[in-house]
Amino acid sequence: MKTEESRSLEENPGQTEKQESISTSHTGKFVFSNESLKKQMRPSEFFAEKIITGVAFLSIAIIILIFLFVFKETLPIFSGKALRKTEISSTKQETYGSSGQGQNANKQEVYGSSDSVTPAEKQKVYGATADSTQDTTASATAGGLSYKEDDSGEGNRVSLKGLAGKIWMPVSDRPRYGLLPLIVGTFKITIIAILFAGPLAILAALFSAAFAPRWMREIIKPAIEILAGFPSVVIGFFALIVMATFFQHLFGYETRLNAFVGGVAMALAAIPIIFTVAEDVMTAVPSTYKEASLALGASKWQTAFFVTLPAAAPGIFAAVLLGIGRIFGETMIVLMATGNAALMSMNPFDSVRTLSATIGAEMAEVVFGDTHYNVLFLIGTLLFVFTFTLNATAEFYVKGRLMTRLQGKK
Amino acid sequence: MMGATGLSVILIIAVIITMLVIIIVGGKDQISWKFLTTFPQEGMTKGGIFPAIYGTALMVIIMSFAAVPFGVITALYLTEYAKENSWIAKGVQFAVRTLSMVPSIIFGLFGLGFFIKFVGGGMDKAFFGGQLTWAQPNILWASLTMALLTLPVVIVSVEESIHSVPRDLREASLALGATKWQTIRKIVLPGARSGILTGTILAVSRGAGEVAPILFTGAAYYLATLPHSLSDQFMSLGYHIYIMSTQSVNVDQTLPIQFATTLVLLLLTFTLNFVAVLIRSRIRRAH
Repeated sequence: MKTEESRSLEENPGQTEKQESISTSHTGKFVFSNESLKKQMRPSEFFAEKIITGVAFLSIAIIILIFLFVFKETLPIFSGKALRKTEISSTKQETYGSSGQGQNANKQEVYGSSDSVTPAEKQKVYGATADSTQDTTASATAGGLSYKEDDSGEGNRVSLKGLAGKIWMPVSDRPRYGLLPLIVGTFKITIIAILFAGPLAILAALFSAAFAPRWMREIIKPAIEILAGFPSVVIGFFALIVMATFFQHLFGYETRLNAFVGGVAMALAAIPIIFTVAEDVMTAVPSTYKEASLALGASKWQTAFFVTLPAAAPGIFAAVLLGIGRIFGETMIVLMATGNAALMSMNPFDSVRTLSATIGAEMAEVVFGDTHYNVLFLIGTLLFVFTFTLNATAEFYVKGRLMTRLQGKK
Repeated sequence: MMGATGLSVILIIAVIITMLVIIIVGGKDQISWKFLTTFPQEGMTKGGIFPAIYGTALMVIIMSFAAVPFGVITALYLTEYAKENSWIAKGVQFAVRTLSMVPSIIFGLFGLGFFIKFVGGGMDKAFFGGQLTWAQPNILWASLTMALLTLPVVIVSVEESIHSVPRDLREASLALGATKWQTIRKIVLPGARSGILTGTILAVSRGAGEVAPILFTGAAYYLATLPHSLSDQFMSLGYHIYIMSTQSVNVDQTLPIQFATTLVLLLLTFTLNFVAVLIRSRIRRAH
């Protein structure tokens, strides 16, 4: 009907004539010869396309640049060309000597046993320069310069064997860069966090996808996703001020800030990711599956647990991987809530120092081009490569396995 | 078993509510007009957080100037120009996804290695005769670092809204003889306006809350003056919370201010997110 109507309108001779006359009078180009139908070369079109493509291409360049620049700074470790800026550091030592000394002492203390996140030295630097304008970080960095000290000896060199060591003590007379305690710490936090976040988020997703009526789902989903809107520094603050004290009262352990507190806080950061992805996957399970199961006499929860859940398994796996990726890279929460002592222990109630927190805590006070600086970038490269692999795997799982499973053969 | 699933929903929501309530109760008494508009005093134990609010605002504005045009153009490429299965299109999509999952601290490292050392160092060598001007943490480098982090947020949001511009409109425009670029400029971009706005708001909300990327690219704990040039450092709300709660001389004395600062940051991000959600749901309803 409609098409006929419009056709009749178009065929209305008066109207067509009118339109034609307008367009020709404006441009004079609407003569349908072969000449005008050829694609014209318009510079503005050409440049728009080229510029847009070029800018889009930049995002690829950024990824490559990020990897290159983070990796570049680690190279001196491997080429054995770690700079030893003894000259600079000795002059700096005169100026900032005292604060540097204090820093060393304090740092060691902190790495050894501390349960506070606060290197006492930092208070001093931040406190003292509180009235000067820009010197705050400058002097912090300068203070950092001095822990290059006058030890020009072997302690400064780092080898692959040193990196596999069990002691992380970058700020001492004989700095040692053993990454093992940091890696152990990261895994400890990750395991604790995922033990909390995984089951909670998956069960919640199952409730939302399988049991909740429509109106309830529309409340639950945004409510849980509010959690994703919390800046990580806020979660870290909450963990540091409220949760740490609460758990200490509850369990009565010694160190107030420890892997457990950090892990639970991290779980809060990971829950919305796992929930959202898992819920999406579970809703995507074809309703024919569920209907078949229900028709065979299975109850609602039997269907949910034995049909929906297994069908969505690869997606849930991917969701958990994404959650782990988030936990691995998260910095502020661990920096604030875990105590940051690089200990090698399996006790969940001991302080830990993770890879990301190490970068966050130490980068601000390190010498550019120093071994310590390079090792921190090496940690960054490790983090980058690891999260990259995790996410790539997750994507492969969602795209490959899940889709094949849910939609029959591809 | 069904109970367990319901229970976990209740537990998660209870935790969220507890967090909100504790932060609101802890911070609400401190917040006043004076708190929002004055400088910190007496080693942070008194006074307000104005420089931190100002610094955060300035940073997200500079960040938006970098992230939004870049994000919109990339989204345009992906939706309008990219040929399906071309390696550039796949590469760009992959890059955007990768960018969204890079840990935020890595952006900080990149900002340090690339912007401060490489670009800043190069500028100093070229224009300032080696004098230390740009090769140090400042608000420009921090904003650009943050722009990289928020870029995927903009791209995803704009892409979605461009997809929602009806095909008919585009075809009508092309049929009337408009060129591709004219169609994009006159039809697609105006149609995607609210999506661009949503993307910007979400990016600003994200950027205002992130701390890790600016830890060593420009944030400072205390500055007596507001930043007045791009090569100045700046104070930021998130960084203020972090430093005050972990490294201030007297954590207990500053506690009310910490809570209040956290509340301000939360209010800021939540309001922004809420506005974004509103705009987005209006777009969805419109189509």
